[in-house]
Amino acid sequence: MKKLWKSKNFQLGFCLIIFLTLIGIFAPLISPEDPNHIAIERELCKPSLTNLLGCDSNGSDILSIIIFGTRVSLEIGVTVTFICAITGLLLGSLAGWLGGWVDTTLMRIIDIIFAFPGIILAIAIASALGPSKTNLIICLTLTGWAGYARLIRGEVLAVKNLEYIEAARSLGFGQWRILMFHIWPNIFSPLLVTATFGLAGTILAEASLSFLGIGVPPEIPSWGSLLSFGKDVILEAPHVSTFPGLAIMFSVLSFHLLGEGLRRAVDPKSDR
Amino acid sequence: MKFLIKRFFELIPVIWGVGTIVFLLLHLIPGDPVDIMLGENALPAKRDSLRASLNLDKPLITQYGIFWKSVLSGNLGESYISRKPVADLLKERVFATFSLAFFSIIWALVISIPLGVLAAVFRRTLIDQAVLLISVFGVAMPNFWFGPLLVLFFSIQLGWLPVSEMNGFSSYILPSFTLGLGLSAILMRMTRATLVEVLTQDYIVTAKSKGISWWALYFKHALRNALIPLITLIGMQIGGLLAGAVITETIFDWPGIGELIYRGIQSRDFPVVQGAVLVIAFTYVAANTLADLSYSFANPRIRIE
Repeated sequence: MKKLWKSKNFQLGFCLIIFLTLIGIFAPLISPEDPNHIAIERELCKPSLTNLLGCDSNGSDILSIIIFGTRVSLEIGVTVTFICAITGLLLGSLAGWLGGWVDTTLMRIIDIIFAFPGIILAIAIASALGPSKTNLIICLTLTGWAGYARLIRGEVLAVKNLEYIEAARSLGFGQWRILMFHIWPNIFSPLLVTATFGLAGTILAEASLSFLGIGVPPEIPSWGSLLSFGKDVILEAPHVSTFPGLAIMFSVLSFHLLGEGLRRAVDPKSDR
Repeated sequence: MKFLIKRFFELIPVIWGVGTIVFLLLHLIPGDPVDIMLGENALPAKRDSLRASLNLDKPLITQYGIFWKSVLSGNLGESYISRKPVADLLKERVFATFSLAFFSIIWALVISIPLGVLAAVFRRTLIDQAVLLISVFGVAMPNFWFGPLLVLFFSIQLGWLPVSEMNGFSSYILPSFTLGLGLSAILMRMTRATLVEVLTQDYIVTAKSKGISWWALYFKHALRNALIPLITLIGMQIGGLLAGAVITETIFDWPGIGELIYRGIQSRDFPVVQGAVLVIAFTYVAANTLADLSYSFANPRIRIE
């Protein structure tokens, strides 16, 4: 823990994430305008004192869209990562612990999911379900859990036959008790590290899908869709794509710094 | 050899699963391809005959059977929109995507190996930190922003490179750089990590004590061994690369498979999407298998069960 706090990466990442979370939580309070407010007369206006980051092609205030976009990105990122990590933990533990046909079946399903480039499956699911926040969460979860399950299975296999588990078994402990109190604590750190990087990946994936127009619906402000509009006017108004781009980059960056710090703290081998 | 055969049989359920998921997803997507082909105001009789000729009037399970039968006989069907055979459409596009992926890997290697080596040699110095920063930047930079920025700077401001579309070697530079950036970040970290690992081994210490030049030490002795995991990693990242290609191709109007899939899904062109996804999935599975094999050949200590 001490080592963790000393890590510069962790400190920086942690502060940035707290900052982002506060923006997300207090979005309605700090946002200067309603992000959906349309004011065609100031279409693509440059950054100024009244509109700090300028306006998009509808004349909506970019700062407000970015602030509310933080909320959407974090909400989707955290929800998806949480569901994926829990699903992966349960299924991966079952596969690793029980072995046999459960393991084989699950691993084949994971192979199938991995054989799809994630975004293609996501595009297909997103267009099947239609754009909405819930559907986006479903679609990112369906493609995201497999990585966690594979990781957990490996970790369970690694500790399953160690002596202390043997000891717990010979004491007559039940399977769930061994899993929950003796195995899970030992695989918590790699899960946490993976989830931190996974969150960064989810934020990026959400932005990519929204960029392609199949993420969150247009009335919800999001970094990806703003960037997509900004791309079309990049010549006359480069600021429209610059700010959402920076927002995506900084949020992904902060989760990576945090993950890097965590990884070094839990795995001394990687800190050389 | 036994391992090869075993791996081959393991591929069958994966390919079957991928095919089934694609088939189901596409048939569950709301929207009728007949509407798209004829427009919503077409005569009912005309719609029915078209539906029958596409087998869309049959029950789902029959359509599923027809789908596999034609795939196994190498017939991927006809595009609903352009009426061209899917296999021909794919042939036109496969080259664009694979060559793009190839150049992205080249970019990624050109960037990542020197930087990774630098970071490992000067580990725990400012240089190491700087390389770490570059690699984190590479992962965090959304390629759908990076691509347009590159175009803005190199094509529009400086006028050095074409804006988009595939036209000769120079048109490859920006899209492949955009696509390769993420991969280079991952490879950079891997190069550093494995090189650090290798540099602490006995044979390096021996080589050092024999007084060989640093060039020979790092590039002949150390890097050669560090390359093995790198090759495997590239194999494993092919899927990510092909997925990234969907976005890169959309940005650059690149006539590749990714763009074909994206447009196919939007226009409910089932056969095209099915064929294209199968090709990508197959490539990915093949690349992964090759990566596994190369790993066990290069390092006999590893035997995959």
